[in-house]
Amino acid sequence: MSDAALAHGDNPTGFAHQFEDLEQQHDAGRMGMWIFLATEILFFGGMFTAYTVYRSLHPQAFLLGSHILEVKFGAINTAVLICSSFTMAMAIRSAQTGKRKGAIIGWLIPTMLLGATFLFLKFRFEWYHDYIEHTMPGFGFHYKPEWGAHAPQVQMFMCFYFFMTGLHALHMIVGIGILLVLTCMAARGRFTSQYYAPLEISGLYWHFVDIVWIFLFPLLYLIRY
Amino acid sequence: MSSHPQSAAHGQPMVHEHIVPVSTYLAVFITLLIATGLTTWVAFQDLGNWNVVVALVIAVCKASLVVLFFMHAKYNKGLSRIVLVGAVFWLGIMITFTLADELTRHWQISPQPWAGAIIPVIHRLLF
Repeated sequence: MSDAALAHGDNPTGFAHQFEDLEQQHDAGRMGMWIFLATEILFFGGMFTAYTVYRSLHPQAFLLGSHILEVKFGAINTAVLICSSFTMAMAIRSAQTGKRKGAIIGWLIPTMLLGATFLFLKFRFEWYHDYIEHTMPGFGFHYKPEWGAHAPQVQMFMCFYFFMTGLHALHMIVGIGILLVLTCMAARGRFTSQYYAPLEISGLYWHFVDIVWIFLFPLLYLIRY
Repeated sequence: MSSHPQSAAHGQPMVHEHIVPVSTYLAVFITLLIATGLTTWVAFQDLGNWNVVVALVIAVCKASLVVLFFMHAKYNKGLSRIVLVGAVFWLGIMITFTLADELTRHWQISPQPWAGAIIPVIHRLLF
């Protein structure tokens, strides 16, 4: 704990008085995050359920719709998110093992940059391209002749694509905001090998967002047969 | 956080968390990258109806690796595991029950042979 933080009257242990001890506080925080993630699973689950129903009704249109998307961007972004999950796990580990704050920040900043890379690729090369090519529902969606009678359902697929990846991107933006706060906390020397709960709990959220993408990638991009 | 003067005196016992070795994280990380390549490659092989099954199996395996190792579910005890299992179970209920409705809506109920024979008999007896 740095002298500066002590001088500001911060609690050096991060211990809140309503808990028996730090371990109980840590468990309670983690438990709360898992309950929040349970609601998130069901929140995204609603969209996955709707997706499943419509894909079972219109398999051919989903096949045609999936061909609008570029597999290379989906695959690169999957790899980018997996890298960011690894750097997040390493940030938590460096706090657990009592590393200097520079080590924690040194893992948090790449995590943020990888998250930003994901969003940049998504916005700049995918959504912008869809907007230009008139394959963005609500912004002048044009039916293509090769879709034939499936065209309205292809548009439905693209609605699923934008709502699911859009909500995922929103979660990514929130996650990058959380990482910024964590970086500031780390810079002020708030984390020790005993107190790193904010890092671990935010990590749970970040990994969850990664898992959502792990399912979105094959379901949206990889319908080839 | 509290700045209560007593709080520093509490804070016992220490937090004893399982620290995952870097080698485990690296192994999970590389496996996830290989699985991403594998799911992309297999999508371009024509497996008929099995394409979606293989894609989902790989996705579930990848998600399990993230949950167990990166999210420490393998090392957590008790309640937070129950919350996770409960969430997945309720997701299963939502998808299964929705599909049980949606996929059976257009089933045709074919008349049984015995029904075709017995209904005129009952009709004659009653009316």
